[in-house]
Amino acid sequence: MQGVIFDIKHFAIHDGPGIRQTIFFKGCPLSCWWCHNPESRNIELLCEETTDMIDGVKVNSSNIQGNKYSIEEVVKEINKDVVFFEDSKGGVTLSGGEPLIQHEFVKKVLLECKRMEIHTCVDTTGNISSDVIIDISGVTDLFLYDLKHIDDSKHIKYTGVSNSRILRNLKLLDELKKDIWIRFPLIPGFNDDESDLLRMMELLSKLKHTYPISILPYHKIGSHKYRRYGIDYKMEGINEPTENQILRVHNMFTNAGFVSTVGG
Amino acid sequence: MNERVKNLREASQNAIPTISAERALLVTEFYSSNLCQQVSVPVRRAMAFRHILNNKSICINKDELIVGERGPAPKSVPTYPEINLHSIEDLEILDSRPKVWFKADDVTKKAYSDIVIPFWTGKTNREKIFANVDKNWMNAYEAGVFTEFQEQRAPGHTVLGPNMFKMGFIDLKSKVAESINGLDYFNDPDAFSKREELKAMEIAADAIINFASRYARELEELARTENDGNRKIELMQMASICKRVPANAPQTFHEALQHYWFIHIGVITEVNPWDSFNPGRLDQHLYPFYRKEIDSGTLTVNSAVELLGSFWVKFNNHPAPPKIGVTAKESSTYTDFSLINLGGVKSDGSDAVNELTYVILDVIEDMRLLQPSSMVQVSKKNPDRFVKRTARIVKTGFGQPSIFNTDAIIQQLTYQGKSLEDARNGGASGCVETGAFGTESYILTGYFNLVKIFELTMHNGVDPLTGKTIGLSTGDVTKFNSFEQVMDAFGRQVKHFVDIKIKGTNIIDRIYADNIPVPFLSLVIDDCIVNGVDYNNGGARYNTSYIQGVGLGSLTDILTSVKYNVFDEKKLTFAQLLEATTENFENQQELRNQFVNYTPKYGNDNDYADNQATCIFNTFLEAVDGRPNSKGGHFRINMLPTTSHVYFGSVTGATPDGRLAGKPLSEGISPFQGADRKGPSAVIKSASKIDHVKTGGTLLNQKFTPNLLAEEKGLDSLVSLIRSYFRMDGHHIQFNVVTADQLREAQRYPEEHKDLIVRVAGYSDYFNDLGDELQDEIIRRSEHLAY
Repeated sequence: MQGVIFDIKHFAIHDGPGIRQTIFFKGCPLSCWWCHNPESRNIELLCEETTDMIDGVKVNSSNIQGNKYSIEEVVKEINKDVVFFEDSKGGVTLSGGEPLIQHEFVKKVLLECKRMEIHTCVDTTGNISSDVIIDISGVTDLFLYDLKHIDDSKHIKYTGVSNSRILRNLKLLDELKKDIWIRFPLIPGFNDDESDLLRMMELLSKLKHTYPISILPYHKIGSHKYRRYGIDYKMEGINEPTENQILRVHNMFTNAGFVSTVGG
Repeated sequence: MNERVKNLREASQNAIPTISAERALLVTEFYSSNLCQQVSVPVRRAMAFRHILNNKSICINKDELIVGERGPAPKSVPTYPEINLHSIEDLEILDSRPKVWFKADDVTKKAYSDIVIPFWTGKTNREKIFANVDKNWMNAYEAGVFTEFQEQRAPGHTVLGPNMFKMGFIDLKSKVAESINGLDYFNDPDAFSKREELKAMEIAADAIINFASRYARELEELARTENDGNRKIELMQMASICKRVPANAPQTFHEALQHYWFIHIGVITEVNPWDSFNPGRLDQHLYPFYRKEIDSGTLTVNSAVELLGSFWVKFNNHPAPPKIGVTAKESSTYTDFSLINLGGVKSDGSDAVNELTYVILDVIEDMRLLQPSSMVQVSKKNPDRFVKRTARIVKTGFGQPSIFNTDAIIQQLTYQGKSLEDARNGGASGCVETGAFGTESYILTGYFNLVKIFELTMHNGVDPLTGKTIGLSTGDVTKFNSFEQVMDAFGRQVKHFVDIKIKGTNIIDRIYADNIPVPFLSLVIDDCIVNGVDYNNGGARYNTSYIQGVGLGSLTDILTSVKYNVFDEKKLTFAQLLEATTENFENQQELRNQFVNYTPKYGNDNDYADNQATCIFNTFLEAVDGRPNSKGGHFRINMLPTTSHVYFGSVTGATPDGRLAGKPLSEGISPFQGADRKGPSAVIKSASKIDHVKTGGTLLNQKFTPNLLAEEKGLDSLVSLIRSYFRMDGHHIQFNVVTADQLREAQRYPEEHKDLIVRVAGYSDYFNDLGDELQDEIIRRSEHLAY
């Protein structure tokens, strides 16, 4: 069995507690306008033309973005960072794309981590079947759960899918008493409308448990990738949130009794 | 920082570096006298030292609390013509070079041309060295295979231990007398030599006591005419301190600092030792005085901080003595590598971090001076908050304090045969060099260009730069069938040059022992008095000679490229590789791209590459480690370059890692600039694969931008990263918090800065991977954060 992985990041300090190794799986059911990693949407491995500058001369070469890994290969990578997990109380984060598209492989990785006493996070869009969520909830320590928009029609518009299954799965995990960190990407003009935020908080406060919220301010980091991969870029002219905009949302969450942090 | 310290700091920063002929003239006057002809060499050296201290000008700076200058004024630097002799041309170059200049006025130049140069020409220690080393040594030295520390500066590299804060020179004199009384002229053939050395120590002890008295008299004189009542009292107090120390053991915090400073001035006046001198474990030495006085109310934290500030400025007033010859043309550094140690463990092995440790950390952050340099020792016994406090200073981006692993240092010292207690009292000095403080002479003998040695291996012993055969003929590499043959040839070449270096050092050490004994330094380092033997002649309890390996990262990439591209993947033949490097990759961008971007590299936690690092390290270690030196001690290795990786790169042609001819090599055990792509944790893993415990220090640099450390989580992660590295026995790590200028440089030359990580927004990324606009934005942001 193999997993399709487009990157493995060492010393990731914003994807869960401590120092983490974040494994980015390829393939995503959403197509968020603001996505940082549009190349991760397609689960297929694609050949990419890259240009290196050497002595002021451009040299082209073609490389495959990402790789197929066996469980053993992934475990070998994870083992490289164990000393950092231990000293920082960190661990492994499975992210994407949507890692749970490859849930069978993901589950095996999580089981291996469990056997090695390594803390795990699954960073999910939540847009996956409930059976998969239940199955994975038994083998991971923490979910990083993305909530992008409370309004379904806007969710459909900006991400390409409805949020109904996402919200259902969140309630399910709540029932299952799982540890969750809510991740809220803050995109000015898209999802920072006051009434939408109030509705989101209302939904969160109706859950049986209270979860911490990480505000992830939108950044233009991925924009050049759209050009490189020839993907339609819909965020032209959209600005990153100002400190005041971030603070406003942070204060709203905090005043409503949530533990809110900016960044991972 | 209070007003006084601020003014002292400013005056020191504004002082103009100048060359002073004062010491040169005094030493020439003494050596020209009849007096000097009738006595033994050690006594002559002690009398010269006394002559200088009795006659040099006394300098007391406005409002300072700690007194004593090596030259006639702050940053006025003496010369040491008995060791190396500046020519008029040297003085002119020093005066006019654009960086690290020293003003040399006409009076100085005239003194040199009329008196100093005529007397010393043909008599300097440097000339003795070059007359006595053999041809192989000269060839390797001239080709840039190694450098020689002792050629221009005397062996130093030692640090004051705890005992000297409990003793004065009167106590030392009675120890000397005891040692003289114990001499056995019937059974000990060296009894007379020992007597002469001990007599010399006695003269040196009196000389420093008298020097302090001269300061006391001058302070009293100043007090008499001082109009400001407060300063008048201060000057009188300082005078009484100078009457007490260093003759007697210090009793107060202020006395302890002044006591050390007189010793410091003594050591750097006697000769021009490498790495000036160093108080070592300052928080440990000063704590008893601090505690006692804080408790009794005679000292406040503020007054301690003020005294420390004044003490800091004294180091800053003393630039490294400038070199001569070709090296005068190269800009070097004003830094004289005095490295204050904080933290670590006590001699009983318990956590040594105390209240004063944090006070001194505040002083370091506040003073923000290049000199003295500072470091923290981190043991598993020390609390995380100590490391985190350090990280907060590191974050401010002036490269201090550097961070060391106490537990590794103790293992290194005990591996070398030191007692556990001496090891626990040790630390690191200079850049990263491990030593037992107060008990060891640990001399750096020279940087050793591992990459050049591989270049010579590739050319069968011939230096392609000059066409001269200077190495062993280890075979034609184009006929080698396996990578193992390459490694074997390299191993033999390393052994060849290590032999040349060791032989040279064993000659040079004798030249120093016979001609330039240091009776003053010998007084303060155990067990020179008990042994009746000079520091430069093996009198210390431990005597280590270090050879500094340079270019580990570069050479790992070079050998990995040979293994990968020639033998495993067969992308080209060794002959083609040789041709490409000989032609400096002219019109070979694709090949160079393959080497730079698509060949495994050291620093990425990839065993395929890192295996070569351990092989190179072990080859070097086996060639050096444990071989006897001429002082009853052993040769050991450490891995540090200071700035020699630039010089060594300049004498080394293009290499199979894609590095162009003349470009710098990697530094310390850090990956080649830009070769590490998987973040700091991967670098640390690669760097941990060599056995740090068998070295006397390794140097690892890491770059961060200030905003990566802006949040608490970033600082906590840095603390964890340090702990992890040290758990794997890493010796030292330093974090460069990168500035906007460096980022601009990275933007211009991306291939050299592939390892640069920046904090973007809520996450971090490689600078190179960011779009142009974002790069610009981060540059702007960093500029804001950095200034």
